[in-house]
Amino acid sequence: MKKSFGLRATALGASSLILLAGCAAPEPGAASPSPAGTTIEVKDLWLKATQDDMSSAFGTIENTGDHAVTITRVSSAVSGDTGLHETVANESGAMVMREKTGGFTIEAHGKLELAPGANHLMIMDPKKPLKAGDEVALTLEFSDESSFDFTAPVKDFAGAKESYDESSSQSGHGH
Amino acid sequence: MGAERSGTAMRPSRRGLLIAGAASGLGAVAALGIESLADSASPPGASEPLHGQETIPFYGSHQAGIATAPQAYAAYIALTLRDEVDRDSVQRLLRILTDDAARLTQGREALADTEPELAHLPARLTVTFGFGSRMAKLAGAATSEVKPLPEFGIDRLEQRWCDGDLLLHIAADDRLTVSHAQRMLLKDARSFATVKWTQAGFRRARGSEASSTTMRNLFGQIDGTSNLAPGTQEFNQLVWNKDSSTTMVLRRIRMNLETWDELDRPAREFSVGRTLDNGAPLTGALEHDEPNFRRLTVNGFAVIGDQAHIRRARSENPEERIYRRAYNYDEPTTGENISDSGLIFVSYQKSVAKQYVPLQQRLDQLDALNQWTTPIGSAVFLIPPGCQEHGFIGDTYFTA
Repeated sequence: MKKSFGLRATALGASSLILLAGCAAPEPGAASPSPAGTTIEVKDLWLKATQDDMSSAFGTIENTGDHAVTITRVSSAVSGDTGLHETVANESGAMVMREKTGGFTIEAHGKLELAPGANHLMIMDPKKPLKAGDEVALTLEFSDESSFDFTAPVKDFAGAKESYDESSSQSGHGH
Repeated sequence: MGAERSGTAMRPSRRGLLIAGAASGLGAVAALGIESLADSASPPGASEPLHGQETIPFYGSHQAGIATAPQAYAAYIALTLRDEVDRDSVQRLLRILTDDAARLTQGREALADTEPELAHLPARLTVTFGFGSRMAKLAGAATSEVKPLPEFGIDRLEQRWCDGDLLLHIAADDRLTVSHAQRMLLKDARSFATVKWTQAGFRRARGSEASSTTMRNLFGQIDGTSNLAPGTQEFNQLVWNKDSSTTMVLRRIRMNLETWDELDRPAREFSVGRTLDNGAPLTGALEHDEPNFRRLTVNGFAVIGDQAHIRRARSENPEERIYRRAYNYDEPTTGENISDSGLIFVSYQKSVAKQYVPLQQRLDQLDALNQWTTPIGSAVFLIPPGCQEHGFIGDTYFTA
């Protein structure tokens, strides 16, 4: 219960940020939006090391532009199976992750926090082990068909053991 | 809590909000505790000098933590690389650890830091890396200086305190900061290495006395008066190599406080050749007075005896000097044994063979202090140059 309260509280926190940011934004329609891929900055992104199972990427994605952007897809050469995931409580109260429908929208001058136990970029079944210290190239794709390439380091991490929505098990990986 | 922080650490994060929510019930209790402390210690509103936010730059030509004024607490951790570790994986390890160090020393959490709040008070944190011979070989660095010291007659070395492939030297004025950095670095090193030994050292707390004061050891002696001073020309000439690297000798020296207790104060002073109260040579009045080794007592004996530590430690050759940066150690004990104490002797010099070894050979042959001190650990490391942003410690070896 505490966790789901925390998630709701965060959503409120995020929207108040957006309101603040909105004050500084120029009047709508002043210019045509820059491609989302050019207004994005990633900060402190990292991936969880894995042998062959699954990995997630965490960190902060900032939208420095004056218009909201929507991340529709993440892709990487290391995996043919990637996704945008959120973590929610299921009927039994367990925290589970599932595909984020509609992608992640980041408001103008807003940011998206990706964290263990919360929103994250999912890398399923990597083609080779992701070892601590590796740099992994990732691409974010946006609803305006622009994209943003970056690399993130891999780190050993004991947490981020979310279960899948399909699984009612709480015992770690749902793979 | 975390949400008010400025700079890159500012992040009204999910974690921060969760903590804020969970802690709201405890807030009242905590506030009470703080208030009652403040009442007894100082008038309300009196400002305390706080040092927690102070930082030492990480990037630079030399690694930090050597010419840096010694912090109150230090941890020296020697790692053994796992058998399968090769040149490629060592580079990955160094990249990760460098990134951790660069962030933590500036008061920012490391990537994947599960206790970010502990990173926000760096308290002059430095993380300095040293390469043992295996590491130096893997990196492609010159290894001639990185080998065990020659055997000394006074040594009673225990393997559990000797050698190591990679040294992490973590130091800060706050013990909690050291612990957090240590845990973070070791979590990131774990898939590459195991811990060979850990040595925790301390000096007087920050703010107890002027930071330029020469340290005291657990014999009560002022220890390290005659030392190269960082920033001076002779320091630069005798410590730093052309490529900004140096070498480090670490010796764990057990001090027998029980037999030292049997010694009266004049005998204690005679063993070193300095007074205990201010560290002045027995022929002088102030700590930094030059000792007069020729002065005799009315009975015709040398005032600073032939076996006195300061006489034996001194070389005629000005090249045979080192920069020492020691810490005390004092381990928990049980039963009849009430002290497991000593000195983590650390010296930096260009050349171990030309500077440290001749000095130690003289002390090995004769030094009154040897009766109460026993070297039980010994290690030598190459201290690679510092690095620039986006680089990593040791990168010059890998690109060469």
